[in-house]
Amino acid sequence: MAAMLEVKNLSISFGGLKAVDGFDVTIEKGQLYGLIGPNGAGKTTVFNLLTGVYKPDTGSIVLDGKNITGKKTIEINQSGIARTFQNIRLFKELTVLDNVKAGLHNHYKYSTLAGILRLPNYYKAEKAMDEKAMELLKVFDLEQESHYKASNLPYGKQRKLEIARALATEPKLLLLDEPAAGMNPNETAELMETIRFVRKEFNMTILLIEHDMKLVSGICEKLTVLNFGQVLASGDTSDVLNDPQVITAYLGE
Amino acid sequence: MSFMSYLISGISLGSVYAIIALGYTMVYGIAKMLNFAHGDIIMVGGYVVFIVTSTMGMSPVVGILAAVVVCTILGVTVERVAYRPLRDASPLAVLITAIGVSYLLQNLALLLFGADTKSFTSVITMEPLKLAGGQLLISGETIVTILSGIIVMIGLTLFINKTKTGQAMLAVSEDRGAATLMGINVNKTISVTFAIGSALAAVAAVLYCSAYPALTSQTGAMPGIKAFVAAVFGGIGSIPGAMIGGILLGVIENLSKAYISSQLSDAIVFSVLIIVLLVRPTGIMGRKISEKV
Amino acid sequence: MKMAKAKKNFWQGSGLTYGMVILAYILVEIALKTDHMSSLMEGLLVPLCTYSILAVSLNLVVGISGELSLGHAGFMCVGAFSGALFSKIMKGSIDPTVSLVIAILIGAAVAAVFGILIGIPVLRLRGDYLAIVTLAFGEIIKNIINAIYLGRDVNGFHFSMKSEIELGLGEGGETLIKGAQGITGTPQASTFTIGVILLLITLFIVMNLVNSRTGRAIMAIRDNRIAAESIGLNVTKYKLLAFSVSAALAGVAGVLYAHNLTTLAALPKNFGYNQSIMILVFVVLGGIGNIRGSVIAAVVLTLLPELLRGLNNYRMLIYAIVLIALMLFNSSPKAIEMRERAAEWFKKKRQAKEA
Repeated sequence: MAAMLEVKNLSISFGGLKAVDGFDVTIEKGQLYGLIGPNGAGKTTVFNLLTGVYKPDTGSIVLDGKNITGKKTIEINQSGIARTFQNIRLFKELTVLDNVKAGLHNHYKYSTLAGILRLPNYYKAEKAMDEKAMELLKVFDLEQESHYKASNLPYGKQRKLEIARALATEPKLLLLDEPAAGMNPNETAELMETIRFVRKEFNMTILLIEHDMKLVSGICEKLTVLNFGQVLASGDTSDVLNDPQVITAYLGE
Repeated sequence: MSFMSYLISGISLGSVYAIIALGYTMVYGIAKMLNFAHGDIIMVGGYVVFIVTSTMGMSPVVGILAAVVVCTILGVTVERVAYRPLRDASPLAVLITAIGVSYLLQNLALLLFGADTKSFTSVITMEPLKLAGGQLLISGETIVTILSGIIVMIGLTLFINKTKTGQAMLAVSEDRGAATLMGINVNKTISVTFAIGSALAAVAAVLYCSAYPALTSQTGAMPGIKAFVAAVFGGIGSIPGAMIGGILLGVIENLSKAYISSQLSDAIVFSVLIIVLLVRPTGIMGRKISEKV
Repeated sequence: MKMAKAKKNFWQGSGLTYGMVILAYILVEIALKTDHMSSLMEGLLVPLCTYSILAVSLNLVVGISGELSLGHAGFMCVGAFSGALFSKIMKGSIDPTVSLVIAILIGAAVAAVFGILIGIPVLRLRGDYLAIVTLAFGEIIKNIINAIYLGRDVNGFHFSMKSEIELGLGEGGETLIKGAQGITGTPQASTFTIGVILLLITLFIVMNLVNSRTGRAIMAIRDNRIAAESIGLNVTKYKLLAFSVSAALAGVAGVLYAHNLTTLAALPKNFGYNQSIMILVFVVLGGIGNIRGSVIAAVVLTLLPELLRGLNNYRMLIYAIVLIALMLFNSSPKAIEMRERAAEWFKKKRQAKEA
């Protein structure tokens, strides 16, 4: 299998503090990969480095054979990485449908002038976008709420909408930052089912951050554990979870 | 020699801006709002001094004290009535309300005192200082203004750093939620901030009107805007920033009036602001703010 | 079924706005033809269109793009002067209506160029800093225009930033822009009909822009810049686009304004920050992001002080109090809670009735 994502020696410091230090990871195509670690271990910082929110001090990021190190966020998205956020970042005032259509922005194009003058390609593209967006909403069981304002959705559905929006950008790699945070066990179980479905349906490679090891063990094939910005262990899920070092990091001395 | 005299009067004008800017910057730092009506508090202060000294014929000291008292009460009242209910509302809503307060004060003054320009008699009776064998003449107003500026800056810095209230103000400006948890009364602290800012506006009113004696309901608007620019220039929220920003602004304004064009001096002042902000997007002394992702 | 829904959306959305403007136009025209309009009101017709265009265009920046701009009058000023200058130069040589149309296009183009030039540096800043810098730019524009002298004689154009004499005009020369005195003798070509047409065009541009791929991107960026970048939206491009379209439309309003006057001068009253703030007040009271609301607020708030003329001395005072009261009522968390509770109460009452 070919690697979808190859990260080598990724580091960044904030004012002398090494937030991420020599991070390596290789994710194969179609894999469901987990990134875990205690609070403040640098998991979200890794996501921010992968998506160009921060520029790494050292290291390289190669996506599907293409070097994307140091690229801007929008270029990285166009290269094929989409993400969700730990603290949900929806377009609150837009409808559920428009949130997804915003994700489709770079795939269905017409000029601003065509939009103002309502030229035929406006109607054509908008119609195609509507259909595509509804298709995605259906996957996440959100089609009933397509005309709701995004901020009026219940919490669990907001998380799903964020994933739908990320998928709309047609990524090769999907990054999910604590997708189950704040969900009850039922919602979590349902979400995990959706993630599995997305992987199968879209043949997606997924890297997800989770705080809770139990959840991760259920769906991830491989794990990397971060602690104080460094890789503590990485490999097959069951091996990693039985690693004494990992257990110590989680439970303390 | 003329350069020196322009420079000194620039510092003097700048000191007034600095005192006004301190009011802006404290309110911004602590209440996180742009008090657009701050300039109009100056105008009110000017009218109070005018009435007490010119109309009622009392001593300038009484006039100044009256201005400080009226402005302080006005500032606290405005905060209580118009701004406090909007504490958690959008910044834009608060800004528009402040604009409304500004209109209100201006039109109230227009109604009470009429549209004619009142000529303000300087309350400063100090003799001009002659330097360099009479070649450099520094007016009493200039000296008093610069001295007041220095006193206000030192006083305010001591107040913030040495008193409990001052420390509470710092805490609220740092993190309002955490300050509440630490048992700090946020509403009271913000009231105190408005009181101090408005009292400073009264002092600025006396100094500004002594130097530029034409008093109308619009008097506060331009110095208000300039001081606002000075506060942003120095890094809004920062007290040393307001001082530096104010003085720099006064000096730039006066020197460009003298050497480039009196008509374009405002354009030059604003251009300098824009250049500073493009190089340092949060002002000279401002802290870098970055959003957590 | 879907068609019916789209039609309904049209009549609830942009169609209602166009209809409202056209209806107002017809009523005014009837009143004019039957002599039912005072000369005071007649004089207000073009300004009403001007302010409505300004409010709608500012709403594109403040409401749709979510940036607080306090320099809108500056763009209006640029448009007014470039348009008026063209008309003054061309006076007598081409048909006045054709001349006005070209002047409008020039005003829009020049203002758009200024919008881009100012937008590129300014849009890097955030929130209050952006507000103060736009305010500064507005003041700079007004200040510089006040210092411009432009004349023409047989040798061509002469330019100075100092005085009329510096132009050194030859015999038969004519001063076109006279410093703080501005431009005099602009043809008064603006009419209510032209104003309404320009307003309708403005509404068409803004509302169609908002309901398009571009508008969606602009609003997505407004709602969450970081998320917008993460899905590949070019933040700078769309912010700049909204800013310059808004500037161009303000320029159009400026041309309309300039051709309604015999003398055009850049005074604090018409092109200063107070004017920018006035436009912002229209936008906020009409509802941020609500295009139709901007038109209604601009019309009501322009008419209100005039209708209160009897209370001349008090009218601005009343205006200020209304403004504060409205903001407190609309935005204070307590007032919102009270309104919600009232709505809840009504709902319960209705349910009780039904049951």
